[in-house]
Amino acid sequence: MTTYAMVIDTRTCIGCGDCVVACKNENKVPAGLNRDWVVEATRGEYPNLETEFRSERCNHCGHATCVTNCPTGASHYWKDTNIVLVAAEKCTGCKACIAACPYDARLIMHPEGYVDKCTFCHHRVDRGLDPACVSTCPTRCMHFGILDDRDSIVSRLLRERRYKTLMPETGNDPHVYYLL
Amino acid sequence: MNRREFLKISAALGAAGAMPTLLGGCAARPLPGSGVVTGSPTVCNLCFWQCAGTLYQEDGRPWKVVGHPDDPHCEGRLCTRGSAGIGAYVDPDRLRQPLLRVDEGGGQRFRPVSWDEAFDFIARRMKAIGEQHGSDRMALFSHGDGGEHLRRMLQAFGSDAYAHPSFAQCRGPRETAFGLTFGEGVGSPDRTDMAHSRCIVLIGSHIGENLHNSQVQTLAKALDSGATLITVDPRFSVAASKSAHWLAIKPGTDMALLLAWMNVLINEDLYDREYVARHCTGFGQLARHVQAFNPEWAYLETGLEPSSIRETARAMARAAPATLVHPGRHVTWYGDDTQRCRAIAILNALLGSWGRPGGFYNQEKVDLPEYPAPKPPKPASDWKAVVQAEYPLVSTGISNKLVEHSVGKDAFFKGWFVYATNLPMTLPGGVEQIEAAAQSLELMVVVDTMPAEITGYADVVLPECTYLERYDDLRNKPERTPTLALRMPAFEPAHETRPAWWIAKGIAERLGLGEYFPWQDYQEVLDWQLKQVGSSLAEMQTLGVKRFPRKGAVYLDADNPLRFKTPSGKIELYSSLLADIGQDPLPRYTPPDRPPEGYYHLNYGRAPAHTFGRTINNPQLFELMPENAVWVHPAAAAGLGVGNGDYVRLQNPEGTRSNRVRVRVTQRIRPDSVFMVHGFGHTDQRQRLARGVGADDAGLMHNVKLDPVMGGTGMRASFVTLVKAGEVS
Repeated sequence: MTTYAMVIDTRTCIGCGDCVVACKNENKVPAGLNRDWVVEATRGEYPNLETEFRSERCNHCGHATCVTNCPTGASHYWKDTNIVLVAAEKCTGCKACIAACPYDARLIMHPEGYVDKCTFCHHRVDRGLDPACVSTCPTRCMHFGILDDRDSIVSRLLRERRYKTLMPETGNDPHVYYLL
Repeated sequence: MNRREFLKISAALGAAGAMPTLLGGCAARPLPGSGVVTGSPTVCNLCFWQCAGTLYQEDGRPWKVVGHPDDPHCEGRLCTRGSAGIGAYVDPDRLRQPLLRVDEGGGQRFRPVSWDEAFDFIARRMKAIGEQHGSDRMALFSHGDGGEHLRRMLQAFGSDAYAHPSFAQCRGPRETAFGLTFGEGVGSPDRTDMAHSRCIVLIGSHIGENLHNSQVQTLAKALDSGATLITVDPRFSVAASKSAHWLAIKPGTDMALLLAWMNVLINEDLYDREYVARHCTGFGQLARHVQAFNPEWAYLETGLEPSSIRETARAMARAAPATLVHPGRHVTWYGDDTQRCRAIAILNALLGSWGRPGGFYNQEKVDLPEYPAPKPPKPASDWKAVVQAEYPLVSTGISNKLVEHSVGKDAFFKGWFVYATNLPMTLPGGVEQIEAAAQSLELMVVVDTMPAEITGYADVVLPECTYLERYDDLRNKPERTPTLALRMPAFEPAHETRPAWWIAKGIAERLGLGEYFPWQDYQEVLDWQLKQVGSSLAEMQTLGVKRFPRKGAVYLDADNPLRFKTPSGKIELYSSLLADIGQDPLPRYTPPDRPPEGYYHLNYGRAPAHTFGRTINNPQLFELMPENAVWVHPAAAAGLGVGNGDYVRLQNPEGTRSNRVRVRVTQRIRPDSVFMVHGFGHTDQRQRLARGVGADDAGLMHNVKLDPVMGGTGMRASFVTLVKAGEVS
């Protein structure tokens, strides 16, 4: 089992949306749909404010409820990793995975008739490349690597910095981390 | 993840044994990049940063544009807009064929014509202007790479007048101010050495919202390495949210803060004594001048606590000379902009950051010879002496002055070429004057890829192909490492579109000026130029980007006494040139106008998804940000009775109303101000996505403040109130 993780530094994320555009082009995502998106969260009152930008997507959970809830086996783990994929030819469009995903990370429906989502660009990972969003980010706030490898950039960052994941209480074991 | 990590895990996966094929029996959707992939070099044209990249096609279809790893403008990473470059190419609303304004059935309309007919018409009109008024009466407005080709054609004709709105509506004050102080401007890309800064001060400069690629990248590098960020902005900008110190200043009072910072640096002896003694002149006058402007005085103007003014001045001094007081980019705000930029330049001089690591570095470009061609004739008159004589320090065109001198029967200019700049949304409050000019001019030619408001005034519209379909001049911008980058076509020009070089040459030939374009195809020019510097077009078609060795030092050379290009040869804290023309030789504070009761400061800015109005209709970027919103503080929103998402119209004190725009209630704006992203509110019906969406700020600017030094248009002194959209008749 290999666990891939994405680590995003909220201190340098500017919410520019380049990750969104790069993903759309790389993965030929149809108009109107997105596999990733940017959230802006502002707390406080003028002038005592904090604003956090987060690039969000599928968390490629260790315990992916979308996989366990898929009746046809279309939602599955790629090879022996935590990368969750949807096999288009097995997907009936029943949307059980959409209901099961706590992160609302699945596209409603690809026009070709299946539920689509972030793949961590496994086709790039397979060739030793970072996902498209990570490789285009102009502030280099996004990092990708193998969590089991102590020397990887993601392991190092999670050792050295404070971080959070989104809704860890679901028990889904998400693997997109946000440095604080 | 680096490649080594990948190789390691591949081995691990291999050892894990053969996994069954997970993608069942029937054909799965092919993975991206599994087809036949081809790439060709390009230089992005979604904004003006000119990042080099590669356009990839898969199985003959456009796939993606990716930054070139060797390019100092982008370091392998294009920005949001650059990543959406294919959207510009596939936009169904592009201009498709030349259009000629014709009278028909009592009205006017555009008739699609052939290039021959368009060129003949233009040449006939230009010749008539030449005969009746003189060949020096054409003006060029340009904000794009292809404009240089048209400029050459107009120079050959005898007209040398040109203006880039990036001067008088944007960077002009800082270029003028830094020129006066250091003898050189900041340039573009900016010569800021942020990657090495230990302290960065941003004054109303919202880097990150304006996605100037290497600016953003170097700011992020500085933050990553622990630099102190100080942001001065009435709005909680993205940069402010990354800052150790956010100074939430009252709008329009930046100069008071800058003077107080000088006061603290000098009176607390925090400035770089050795640097100032060695390189600067006028320190004594400056020191006396700033005595009155202590932080307590500044508090009354800016609303900033004296303690935080002192604290930030000390932080700047602690990190100096690796402290960058950033010169900003769009700085035409209040009319005293050259003076404010002078104050910024002076602060940098006091901190010793000009020419030092972490401050400003020396840029170089490649010494690239011009293709041999006849020199254009000397124009019959000095147009600057005619249209902008009151700005003797300005060596380039002031767009608003050129427009002014195009209105009326006796106006100097009789014809315009407008290249890639949508003047009605660019010149603040300028629509009426542009309309008046359009009535007076005998010829207006607009060259662009997209229809926009300005094309509505044209006699002839010439459709240029997008950057992905054309060659242009080699990109040769000043940089840390001299670098050339090639833009070459990945696709044949769509529809009847053509590149600017072809358009300029075609018009020149109709004018009998073909000798100034002594080549058949622009590839000949590029190949010749490249061969002069040891490369070739063939090589650049493969490389895309090529770096060349530097000749001089990156920073000030401590061993060689330096002569600055100022009258005194020193850094002029006291500007002798400003004194000579009767302007303040040391910067002085002018309190800003305050909004009338019920009105708010109109603040505006950028969003990373768009380049002004020119990308709104790009299908990919439109999807990311389809409209702007007006930011309103919760207290102001409650007073106005408007809520998040409500539609309102903005109205200035003269009664001008905007298109409807949604309210965004947010704590990130002061209660006395509103903010909106510039570029929305298109009225041209031919932009089917962008038309009628969001509001335009430029049309609301009723109180434009002209800069007495450089003629720029100060755009931040206007006020608006909100009218509920339902209440507007």
